[in-house]
Amino acid sequence: MKDRTIGGILLTALAYFVALVMFFPILWMLLTAFKTEQNAFTIDPHFLFVPTLDSFRVALEQGSGYLHYALNSVVSAVVSTLVGLLLAIPAAYAMAFFPTKRTDFTLVWMVSTKFIPAVGVLIPIYLVYKQLGLLDNLVGLTLLFTAMNMPLLVWMVYSYFKDIPKDLVEAADIDGASTLQTMRKVILPLALPGIASAGLLALILAWNESFWSLTMTDHTAATLAVYIASFKSAEGLFWAKMSAASVLTVAPIIVLGWFAQRQMVRGLTFGAVK
Amino acid sequence: MAIVELKDVVKNYGGKGSDAADNAVDRFNLTTRDGEFIVLVGPSGCGKTTTMRMIAGLENISGGTISIDGRDVSQVAPKDRDIAMVFQSYALYPHMSVFENMAFALRLKKLPDAEITARVQEAAKVLDIAHLLERKPRALSGGQRQRVALGRAIVRQPQVFLMDEPLSNLDAKLRVDMRAEIVKLHRKLAVTTFYVTHDQVEAMTMGQRIVVMLNGKIQQIDTPQRLYEWPANIFVAGFIGTPSMNFLRGKVGADKRSVANEHFNLTLTGARGDALAAHAGTEAVVGIRPEHLSYLAPNDPITENVLSGVVEVVEPLGSVTMIQVQVGPYRVTAQIESHLTVAMGEPIRLRCQTDKLQVFDATSEQSLLQAPAAS
Repeated sequence: MKDRTIGGILLTALAYFVALVMFFPILWMLLTAFKTEQNAFTIDPHFLFVPTLDSFRVALEQGSGYLHYALNSVVSAVVSTLVGLLLAIPAAYAMAFFPTKRTDFTLVWMVSTKFIPAVGVLIPIYLVYKQLGLLDNLVGLTLLFTAMNMPLLVWMVYSYFKDIPKDLVEAADIDGASTLQTMRKVILPLALPGIASAGLLALILAWNESFWSLTMTDHTAATLAVYIASFKSAEGLFWAKMSAASVLTVAPIIVLGWFAQRQMVRGLTFGAVK
Repeated sequence: MAIVELKDVVKNYGGKGSDAADNAVDRFNLTTRDGEFIVLVGPSGCGKTTTMRMIAGLENISGGTISIDGRDVSQVAPKDRDIAMVFQSYALYPHMSVFENMAFALRLKKLPDAEITARVQEAAKVLDIAHLLERKPRALSGGQRQRVALGRAIVRQPQVFLMDEPLSNLDAKLRVDMRAEIVKLHRKLAVTTFYVTHDQVEAMTMGQRIVVMLNGKIQQIDTPQRLYEWPANIFVAGFIGTPSMNFLRGKVGADKRSVANEHFNLTLTGARGDALAAHAGTEAVVGIRPEHLSYLAPNDPITENVLSGVVEVVEPLGSVTMIQVQVGPYRVTAQIESHLTVAMGEPIRLRCQTDKLQVFDATSEQSLLQAPAAS
């Protein structure tokens, strides 16, 4: 054991404090979900109360459409991640193993698309989508998610590929492997943890995405983000029901994240600990 | 087995306003014999690895042609050149077992399983790694990885082997062992081999012919013995042999056999001396290897072809002793017998073996001597 110094204790305390601050909104959401609507609305916060499942009942009842929204979320998140990986892997492969003078520029350019606030491109995209008939369309939304996560996927996969010595690609080349064979039999098995964590991150980002879901969809292609927002209605805010809906929305991805935690950590630190 | 021919091969990485002066490899010409072991040697950045990578097809050539057994492969993909390469880093596939590493190329060729197994086991036996076939590369020592890398190359039964500094990651003792083993393997398989190294000892001990390179240009292609005895220029003379050759600058004398200045006067004997006939008065650099200098007792009457100076450094190596002697402005290294006791600061006289001297033109740095025709 290390000696406990004052600084160490302070640092630990600070870590706990930061963790609490970060976790508090989630805790509050969880608590609110089990409150009555009345209780949820009081000014002085109640930490102790008789829990009720009423809000969940309402959120899940027939006509709330939870399953419809959830299905849209699953489809758009999963398909956009898979398509994204399918495009990002060859792109990253080319840039990592066969860089040209413009590779660095391409990478920066890709990430620079993330510098623009989404609202800045809302109008043009909205108009284009309207012309193409992609508004409130699951294909259209999935396409947006793919484009949105593409720079992240390329960057992450690129950095994992960069950790693989180019000699391996050349050795496979001399051994008689085609580019596809080299990718499939040599590079992908080695970069799998990294690719998995990149995919997981893209999946989470697409799942939690709300800006495009709220603006580009109405009902047919609407995701769980729209479902949560629907509890903010003209008659007023329904904090408890909204919280229940939020819990139902984040639950699947948190469970997934929990299971994939080890994989994630390994993937995100891949290379750093080698 | 194959004859590899490189004709005027040029590599230029391009860039703005680059011309022939920027060639990473400049007009490389070489024709191997069938089954020959060629070593490419030179300091880092001399173009030896680039040359090998061009033979492999991993690097495009900017000019000239490369052919294997008469077939122009200049534009052929690496996998269709029928070559195998051993990388400096070994480049073993970390997620595959030793067996799968060696079988990889054969599986891609879609050979029947039985043949793959037979070939891998045969190669494993030759390299003494049969007991490691199930292991992953990370569970192997450096020397074992080296053997697997060699094994992966030989199961292919290629026409040409390329080895890019394959021993540089091994410790000194293992390197000497593997050196002998690779030579043995080559004699057994008799496959034309290109071997890149920056280590002149490796080059001398392994190569049947050695290509000495500097700044992208071939300096000399010759057998080890001839490189040692008849270096074409000052660079080769200084690069081959340890410790390095001593160089003293003077003028070719009126007698057309000697090179001298105020600190020394060395007369060449035999055919070496005859070669200087046309160069009287030329500014020249005379080269003497440390092993061709010997200790001369103070009372010895010999005065010709003697260097006199003061002992500066004494390095006993056990079998011999290396001494550094200040002769005028020159620091001369000499190898003397270990039983002789010389002390730092003492005056000393060294006798030159005049039939081993080298003479180079001081400006062009090319040898003024005529090497006898190769046998």
